[in-house]
Amino acid sequence: MIYREAGQYKTSYAADMAVFPLRQDRIGIAVIIALAYSMAYFGTDFLLQAVLIPFLIFALAAIGLNLMVGYAGLLSLGTGGFMGVGAYACYKLMTAFPDVNVIVWVLMSGFFSAGIGVFFGLPSLRIKGFYLAVATLAAQFFLQWSFNRIPWLVNYNISGAIEAPLRTLFGTAIVGPTASANARYLVVLTLVIFLTWIASNIVHGRIGRQWMAIRDMDIAAELMGIKLLQAKLLSFAVSSYFCGVAGAMLVFFWLGGAEYNVFNINQSFLILFMVIIGGLGSLIGSFFGAALIFMMPIGLGIVLPAIFEPLGIRVGAETIEHLRFMILGALIIFFLIVEPHGLARLWQIAKQKLRVWPFPY
Amino acid sequence: MNALYQIFVEPFVFMGEAPDLLLQTIWEGFVSGILYALIALGFVLIFKASGVFNFAQGIMVVFAALTLVGFHAMGIPAIIALILAIGVMFLLALTVERVVLRPLVNQPDIILFMATFGITYFLIGLGEFIFGGEPKVMIADELYLPRGRTDLDVAGGFVSIQHIDLAAAVIAIVMIAVLGVFFSKTRIGRALRAVADSHKAALSVGISLNQIWVIVWFAAGIVALVTGIMWGARSDVSFALQIIALKALPVLILGGFTSIPGAIVGGLIIGIGEKIGEFYWGPLVGGGIETWLAYVIALLFLMFRPQGLFGEKIIERV
Amino acid sequence: MSFRNLTIGAVAAAVVAASSAVTPAAAQEGIYVPLLTYRTGAFAGSGIPIADGMHDYLRMLNERDGGIGGVKLIIEECETGYDTTRGVECYESVRAKNPVVVNPYSTGITLQLIPRASVDQIPVLSMAYGLSAAADGEVFPWVFNPPVTYWDGASVFIKHVAEVEGGMENLEGKTIGLLHLDAPYGREPIPVLEALAVEHGFDLKLYPVAAQDMQNQGSVWLNVRRDRPDWIYLQGWGAMNPTAVREAVRNNFPIDRLVGVWWAGGDEDARAGGEQAAGYKSLNFHGAGADYKVIEDIITHVHDKGLSQFPRDRVGDNLYNRGIYNSMLVAEAIRTAQEVTGNKVVTGPDVRRGLESLNITEERLAELGMEGFAAPVEVTCKDHSGHHNVYVAQWDGTKWTRLTDWTSPMTEYVRPLIQEAAASYAAANPGWPTRSEVCDSE
Repeated sequence: MIYREAGQYKTSYAADMAVFPLRQDRIGIAVIIALAYSMAYFGTDFLLQAVLIPFLIFALAAIGLNLMVGYAGLLSLGTGGFMGVGAYACYKLMTAFPDVNVIVWVLMSGFFSAGIGVFFGLPSLRIKGFYLAVATLAAQFFLQWSFNRIPWLVNYNISGAIEAPLRTLFGTAIVGPTASANARYLVVLTLVIFLTWIASNIVHGRIGRQWMAIRDMDIAAELMGIKLLQAKLLSFAVSSYFCGVAGAMLVFFWLGGAEYNVFNINQSFLILFMVIIGGLGSLIGSFFGAALIFMMPIGLGIVLPAIFEPLGIRVGAETIEHLRFMILGALIIFFLIVEPHGLARLWQIAKQKLRVWPFPY
Repeated sequence: MNALYQIFVEPFVFMGEAPDLLLQTIWEGFVSGILYALIALGFVLIFKASGVFNFAQGIMVVFAALTLVGFHAMGIPAIIALILAIGVMFLLALTVERVVLRPLVNQPDIILFMATFGITYFLIGLGEFIFGGEPKVMIADELYLPRGRTDLDVAGGFVSIQHIDLAAAVIAIVMIAVLGVFFSKTRIGRALRAVADSHKAALSVGISLNQIWVIVWFAAGIVALVTGIMWGARSDVSFALQIIALKALPVLILGGFTSIPGAIVGGLIIGIGEKIGEFYWGPLVGGGIETWLAYVIALLFLMFRPQGLFGEKIIERV
Repeated sequence: MSFRNLTIGAVAAAVVAASSAVTPAAAQEGIYVPLLTYRTGAFAGSGIPIADGMHDYLRMLNERDGGIGGVKLIIEECETGYDTTRGVECYESVRAKNPVVVNPYSTGITLQLIPRASVDQIPVLSMAYGLSAAADGEVFPWVFNPPVTYWDGASVFIKHVAEVEGGMENLEGKTIGLLHLDAPYGREPIPVLEALAVEHGFDLKLYPVAAQDMQNQGSVWLNVRRDRPDWIYLQGWGAMNPTAVREAVRNNFPIDRLVGVWWAGGDEDARAGGEQAAGYKSLNFHGAGADYKVIEDIITHVHDKGLSQFPRDRVGDNLYNRGIYNSMLVAEAIRTAQEVTGNKVVTGPDVRRGLESLNITEERLAELGMEGFAAPVEVTCKDHSGHHNVYVAQWDGTKWTRLTDWTSPMTEYVRPLIQEAAASYAAANPGWPTRSEVCDSE
């Protein structure tokens, strides 16, 4: 009833190709963004710090990986490593040039991981599919080893860990232990919205179409005049850029410090889950996937005791952990079975239904 | 210049100086290569017959070993516990086929791959829920596995050979031989190969895909059980073992996803290569290169043979 | 189709409901002591006895004495899996409930929490782990690592080596290996061992073991065979320790020259090596075994009521006792805080003051039923560790026995290093707060 496009005429090619062709969508997205910003004032510390900030950062990493897996069809298991490159690059830059604003360095750090990404993307021209996936594991393990073994990266810190030094924006602390959750949330939200907008423009433009052509059939794409090497390496670069920025944000806006193990293989898997569950080749899906995979364990940790304790069953922290693993595993399988195209497809179906609601034909 | 000397001369000089250590390194590499190959074998079995890249093979190793130890801890004699553990692996295969594979027929590979991640997480949770997180000691003696070691005197030093490692090598070789015969000589084996070649063609001549899948997952489960017993007897049975299973992935890309001999040869190349690399060249960069060396070796091979050493040549058509 | 949508809708709704139900439980009357533990994952083998020990002692206080000073303790575990990210998540979830002290039980997690402790006003108790430099209370007023630091531990190991070798001068030309987990925890003793190597002229070899190769130490031990170190100091955790003991036996390494840090002293760690592991040594700062009054109390008040998850026959395991010791420090800190501040329901800042005034004497230990179990512990505002004595324990094939007397660390040597490291930590973090917290013990 409300979500109806009657009366909205597309009078130009541009209007037809718009990302949000419907007025309701545009209003909806504006409302969501406004709500997201208002959370900075209404959200509790716990909600911001433990739920929303990491959710946004993981969503950004998922977008990065989705650009590669979902749009260009190149399976990667090295996301954790690329995120780490961003984090360590950002740390080096911000400690070497403390006077430049930290946001500049967060955005710059992505270029370092893009460079590393291109290097590890070189074999992608010759190998594909699972062979490539395993090859990206080489990146994951090698990078993790480097973070651990190159003391220069951590400024010769004896513990081998990096800590977020105090950094400000307009006089407010946004990085470091004294930065309030609200300030960090605002920065993270703004950066994520900005980068999502960029990603959306990339995938809707020439580059994105090239990637999709390669994903659907690379030989055919090559015959049509797409330069495979360039396009594939570009997808590695762009994807690693997003992951790198997400990694830097993970350390400096969320954790406040890191050791090499933060960027381990599990991180890579987790982000791959987000992409697959959210929906391959969908930006909004990356958000859905991040929400489900990241928030579900937190939710279960709260809900499970609430269910069992009234029944007189003591649930220890470890039982919750076991149940979390089992439920996460079962849910992954469940979602893959009911909708292999991910939550994004469900969202689309829901929107279709909504268009004719309440009078379906 | 000094660096070149350290890289290209010194390690070889050292190899010549201490042949006992070289032999020991190769032996250690051989044994871990065999064990990597066993894990890789489980992957290959499933990939061959169903095109599923089974990430859960690692946790299946842990789960199988835990089941065996768990049954024995309940007071069941070792041999019966072994049979029961095999039974559990069969149930697992049946469940996986019913619950996961059957509803996902015809989905893209990556979806099935993800589904095996789901299985992995589920089994981690279930395994710890039932058996607890503590490392368990493998019931090696009860299963008549040998213990102790023999020290061979070699050129002024000694090469120490664990009897359990010898047993692992023998069992692995026997198992590979049995699987080879099974694949080439039996009716089910031929059906498996038919399915591997083409699902549609196999279906059209009356081979039941579902049945075949249960069989390969069961076979992979038995391979996992044997791997679990061997690894468990060398160290403990704990969930940390699951991480080692990742080492089987470079073995796979080296040997090719579909080749059983590839898994063996790949396992040995990776096993020996990484041990020699770590031992002789690792100290130059601070050690610990074992974690990624295997992948780099595999990548170098891939540059020249993108389908792995024994993989089927991929012919692409538009 | 409709059923499918219904299920999807139901699951989606459940997930949304679950995520939105993120409201911290209402504060109960009591002292909230969260325990960050790990009973799952690759490190569960070491984590479980400690988690149970910590839990059981606090639970015993609740059952026997009705808490501390008449106020019940609210004990809650949060599972970290020894994973830093999960640990920070745990910290976030307990932070909202006003914890009086946090036990991270992982050096990696401790490192993350150190900068936040002063901001959130929650003291961090990293008992004999974490950042060694945190012993400097002037720089780290909110972080405590009694009774000893890793640097002290490494110095005691060197002292023990010197004693067996017949004097410090005999260290010259010896080769000493450090077999360590390749993580912040494992690397912690390196600086002090390097400094001692220069001073006493021994050769230090590092044998890092990556977490994913914990049970696959073949090549590390080949290196050991090549270098033929005279002694090995084992700074391992989880599945790494039993594997290391086993490999040492396998490689003919003289087992009495393998000395573990206190965290490598689990009963299961040593038992893995079989009979030949008899002789394996480990540092320790409390007694092993169940023959202490405090453990009897725990058995009567916790185990007999079925409130413990720990198998009765393993009570007295070294790491279980470690958990008890840790909880004793927590409880004594809370009690001291009650005395110092006069508040019954203490807060984080109160317990920080309590920790700084902590003085557990011989008499107090006797009252606690810990006579002979532990040595006196004293913490001051300046010295947040105390650099207390430790002893070398030896595995006799079935249990840990005390091999040496209480040995003092080379405090005069370690302390300046610690102050230096603390100063450089503060320098590396511009804006590090200078100490403004009150000091009660002076």
